[in-house]
Amino acid sequence: MSTETKKYSIGMHPALPPPSGTVGPVRWMRDNLFSSTSNTLLTLIGLYLVYIIVPPFIEWAFIDSVIFGAESRKECLKIMGDDRGACWSFVYKRWGQFVYGFYPVEERWRVNVGFILAALTIAIVLIENLRAKKPLIIAALAFPIISFFLVTGGSFGLAEVPTNKWGGILLTLIVGFTGIFVSLPISIMLALSRISKLPIFSFFATIFIEFIRGVPLITLLFIASTLLSYFLPPGSNFDLLLRVLIMVTLFSAAYIAEVIRGGLAAIPTGQYEAADALGLSYWQSMRLIILPQALKISIPGIVGSFIGLFKDTTLVVIIGLLDPLGIGMAAISTTEWAGLSTELYVFIGLFFFIFCFSMSRYSLHLEKKLHTGHK
Amino acid sequence: MSGIQIQEKKTVTLGSIWRDKKSRGVILQIIAVIGILLFLGNIFSNTVENLDRLGVKVGFDFLDEPANYDINQTLIDYDSSDSHFKAGVVGLLNTLLVAACGIVVATIFGFTAGVLRLSNNFVLSRLMQVYVELTRNIPVLLQILLWHGIIIHSLPVPKKAEAFVEGVFLTNRGVFLPQPIPQEGFGWVWIALFLGIVIAIAFKRYANKIQIETGKLLPAIWVGVSVVIGLPLIVFLLLGTPVEISYPALKGFNFKGGFVVKPEFMALWFALSIYTGAFIAEIVRAGIQSVDHGQTEAAHALGIRPNFTMRLVVIPQAMRVIIPPLISQYLNLTKNSSLAIAIGYMDLVATIGGISLNQTGRALESMGIVLSVYLFISIVISLLMNIYNKRVALVSR
Repeated sequence: MSTETKKYSIGMHPALPPPSGTVGPVRWMRDNLFSSTSNTLLTLIGLYLVYIIVPPFIEWAFIDSVIFGAESRKECLKIMGDDRGACWSFVYKRWGQFVYGFYPVEERWRVNVGFILAALTIAIVLIENLRAKKPLIIAALAFPIISFFLVTGGSFGLAEVPTNKWGGILLTLIVGFTGIFVSLPISIMLALSRISKLPIFSFFATIFIEFIRGVPLITLLFIASTLLSYFLPPGSNFDLLLRVLIMVTLFSAAYIAEVIRGGLAAIPTGQYEAADALGLSYWQSMRLIILPQALKISIPGIVGSFIGLFKDTTLVVIIGLLDPLGIGMAAISTTEWAGLSTELYVFIGLFFFIFCFSMSRYSLHLEKKLHTGHK
Repeated sequence: MSGIQIQEKKTVTLGSIWRDKKSRGVILQIIAVIGILLFLGNIFSNTVENLDRLGVKVGFDFLDEPANYDINQTLIDYDSSDSHFKAGVVGLLNTLLVAACGIVVATIFGFTAGVLRLSNNFVLSRLMQVYVELTRNIPVLLQILLWHGIIIHSLPVPKKAEAFVEGVFLTNRGVFLPQPIPQEGFGWVWIALFLGIVIAIAFKRYANKIQIETGKLLPAIWVGVSVVIGLPLIVFLLLGTPVEISYPALKGFNFKGGFVVKPEFMALWFALSIYTGAFIAEIVRAGIQSVDHGQTEAAHALGIRPNFTMRLVVIPQAMRVIIPPLISQYLNLTKNSSLAIAIGYMDLVATIGGISLNQTGRALESMGIVLSVYLFISIVISLLMNIYNKRVALVSR
């Protein structure tokens, strides 16, 4: 009776491990990868796609590539020998231009300080639960102004740097951030006008928004480069960058206005009525009740527009401003680096991807955090 | 209320007018109108003065002058002695062509990626996620340039090109395809095609009626497809194949004959489709997810098979959510096609707004034309969308 099984009273038997094949990686693979013939086929096709794209790309971009020690494409090819990889040397050689454009080398510290201030501003805006909010907010408002004076120069004993020397990532950031921050107040006004009960206001706001949204940005940039000088008083000479900034601001204002309008539409009528019942004036009710809620809902959408705008800053290259793409195109049109277009586009693409992807992740995070309502 | 009080007291002061909501609204609007008119008037007088000072004429007479430039892809007959107006029409047709082709392919990409993104298959859903995130977060201009670069640099020159399939050559001057040239009598084939479509629609209606009355399913799709394809084919064969095929043949440095798809067009088409497809994928995903899971479960409980559940229950409900943003993506694609100018595809912006503008110096008129065409397109599309939205709007009890 040595093999007699131990007896348990009813319901006291300890849980047995599940049969093999119903849990763990095997089960997971069976469920998610090989659940049916067609699914298996799709998995294999997918894996094959990964196999033909990823290893060759890694080999091209990293293993066989050349970064240092080449002065021209020819030298790159010499170093690489038979393995044809990417030649990143031009990025390395012209890194300064990619970041600052043709900003004078001895003045670049000003841009660096500006970058640091911008980073601090962003940190203040993004990091939640900071103590001493008020001085920090004042700092966040002051930093962009300080950066502006630093980068343009011409005052406080700093040498003036004309805007046609600006370029590279500096230019992208200036166009992107000016576009978004200057356009915010304009877009709030536009959204309020558009839903206003006063017909003239909503009429003009609608016309403006629909006009801007109906035409491609590139035509607006052409207007900035060719037509805007016609519209301004004779003799006034506007700098091209400023004209572009005006157009980009109006462009993003129209798009953000639509986002905010969506936010305003999502506020229940009861909120408007409650504000009226409290005897608040129009501006009081907007400032204290409606806009805080509407803007909160709109933030993910505004970040989305910002990502769009940031990507669209590349279009300035078509009207001759030297953003990173323009700098790179100038580089690969020289005899030393001719023919490196793929490397250039991949490099610039990576730059934009890092920026835009992290912003879109942040917007997702915000969306979750701000979702305080019941659902 | 306050209006009545004013009438009773009859003391209309500036303050009381300002405090009254209605009259204040009127005042504000009058101020706004005056402000906007002053602004526009100022711009107008500036423009007139500037044009006067520069000695630039205003008018659309330049449209009749010969354009004096070539366009590398034309859908209608065009040569450099034709007018600027015709050049603009060629450009507009090129814009519409790439937009239409892009919309078709972007929709296919987007729906495929959006549905696969939700599939249980881990590898595929991750792959689609990578596709969506990668293309959405890289500027479309860069993608256009990248594809153009790949086509120009990695495809062989025409001399070294080998036939991909019989008569098809992939070269860096474009893709050369055999072109069927319709001969006399080909018109009957078109008529047969039209008839086939009419019959297919009629049969589909009949099949629906039968299904509603008796529950019997007629193979409407198969009948429709075979009629639409078969009828023209029979007519075509009966007429003795009235088509001559022109094969591309290497002459000198390039192919002659056949039909060529230019690399600029391909790059633009590819890039726009892939870029917009990623956005459409997200829209489709959101649309499908917006359909309550109970719908799927109910369909399964009724014994409807999974693919039919998708086709007959989920997708129709998701479409209401999908269509409006989908249309605005189509509009975006059309507007983004203006980036053609970066790779030298001659669209509306590159012809009228580019070369014609530079040749004639008529910046105001040229940009005016370009802007109004784009506005016209987007207004038409948004009107159609409004009609659709009204039709599918959820009727709540």
